Amino acid sequence: MSDYTTVFGSIDRYERGTVNIVADDPKNYLFSNMFDVAAKSRPYERVAVAKNFEYVIEVARAEGGSPWYAAAHDEFVTCLDHRVEVHLVKLDDPDAAVDPESEGAHRLPELPAGRKMGRVVLGRGHMAILPVGAAYRFEAARPATLMIQSIDGPETVHKWAEICQK
Amino acid sequence: MAMSDAIADPTRPANPRGLPLQSAFEAAPADNRTGYRSFTAGHFGFRRDGYFAHITWPGGRHQMAIDAFLRALMRDVAWGFFYGTVNFDTVFGTTNYYGEVEMFAGATNEAFIKSGTAYIERFKSDELMRIFKEMIGDWTNEGYDPFAAPMETGAPWGSKNGDNDPAVSRKRVTAKRMVGLPGDTPLRTDASGYPVNRMFADVPQDQPEVYPEPGFEHEVSAFNLFAYLSRSDVTWNPSVCSVVKESLFCPTSEEFILPVEHGNDRPEWFVQLSDEIIWTTKDRDTGAWRAQVVCKAGDVCVMPADVRHQGFSSKRSMLLVWENGSPKIPALIREGKAPNVPVRF
Repeated sequence: MSDYTTVFGSIDRYERGTVNIVADDPKNYLFSNMFDVAAKSRPYERVAVAKNFEYVIEVARAEGGSPWYAAAHDEFVTCLDHRVEVHLVKLDDPDAAVDPESEGAHRLPELPAGRKMGRVVLGRGHMAILPVGAAYRFEAARPATLMIQSIDGPETVHKWAEICQK
Repeated sequence: MAMSDAIADPTRPANPRGLPLQSAFEAAPADNRTGYRSFTAGHFGFRRDGYFAHITWPGGRHQMAIDAFLRALMRDVAWGFFYGTVNFDTVFGTTNYYGEVEMFAGATNEAFIKSGTAYIERFKSDELMRIFKEMIGDWTNEGYDPFAAPMETGAPWGSKNGDNDPAVSRKRVTAKRMVGLPGDTPLRTDASGYPVNRMFADVPQDQPEVYPEPGFEHEVSAFNLFAYLSRSDVTWNPSVCSVVKESLFCPTSEEFILPVEHGNDRPEWFVQLSDEIIWTTKDRDTGAWRAQVVCKAGDVCVMPADVRHQGFSSKRSMLLVWENGSPKIPALIREGKAPNVPVRF
């Protein structure tokens, strides 16, 4: 038996840290908690929790089935707690689905023509590639927390004042 | 905003102080008593004995406990002077200008600055790196690994006793797209020499279920990032695991103390994946205290570009360091177009 216990969080069990100020403004640290964000968000609302110029880290509450998404670049999703399925379709005409010059994830009104690539079942800590040229959707039987490495786009939700310590 | 329109000449290293380039370097023979070589770079001198690294410059001298110095030097070497300023302690450090580097004593310490005793010299990065690599190689004894947590390695003290070249010449792991993809950085396993760390023995080692359709076996891919991190053999040494253009996910395992006070020249994001790290932040230029940030699993925070930060992790923890590696950023910093804080609300 291990002498140490590794602490992970989940959407239904997490503890937030804090910023203790000496001579600063806590808002400068944009301090939030991914499980807290997922717990308080609508399903598949892609909330920016980190932003670095055009790049973002989004957190999404996975619950039920998501819309189909696609991007003109790779994205990566990491499951932070409970089981989530990722379904992938290779688009016949990716540029018709998403402007190749665009950035970030785009919600597709319907699944465009393409071939099934397969699916991935993610558990805690599992990372999957959401490859350029593919459409993807998520499926979760119970609420779960996803972290997505992407670029600020039309699906990115910015609500910093709601999620960050003030 | 895409950054592409705002750039002048991103390849030109900045020289904000108008310093001349130093080009004199020397590695002296081993000392008869201690067995260690001494080094000079410009007008800086470096000597080690059983307990300390001694640093001299015109008009000043400084000493650091050799364990702390070697851990800091190891990161500066492994990270190629990293982003911005690497403070070995409150006196000595380097500032990266991406092609050139400043080495300083007291330049980020308010007392030195106010008294006019801060000292700075400018070098070509590759030339200073060469002498730093010789130093870390010569000053690291057999059985001591400056990348390892103190409880996981031998002691650095005493006279010259062998070396540990495999440890000090590790290459930073940099995935091109994602760990585990064909042709990219491989997964860590027992067989490849990466056992699960003693503090992560309870981390599940299961892998994602991957069901590719025929013909898509190389495109449908996933791996267990937490298991990967549980097998890291180093601390405070981020490695690139996934890449979206210039957005680099650089997770790492952390135990004990970040060996440097890092004064990044751009905002640096931390995503705490497990356990807890306590960060202290200080003013980048003076060292005055700014805040303490307690990060627990799931917490996200940014270190503003005008602070230096240092982390403390009692239990080995998993931290995702998120970097923007755009080569355009140094020019934006130089032109004052890079924000200290990425979002205002």
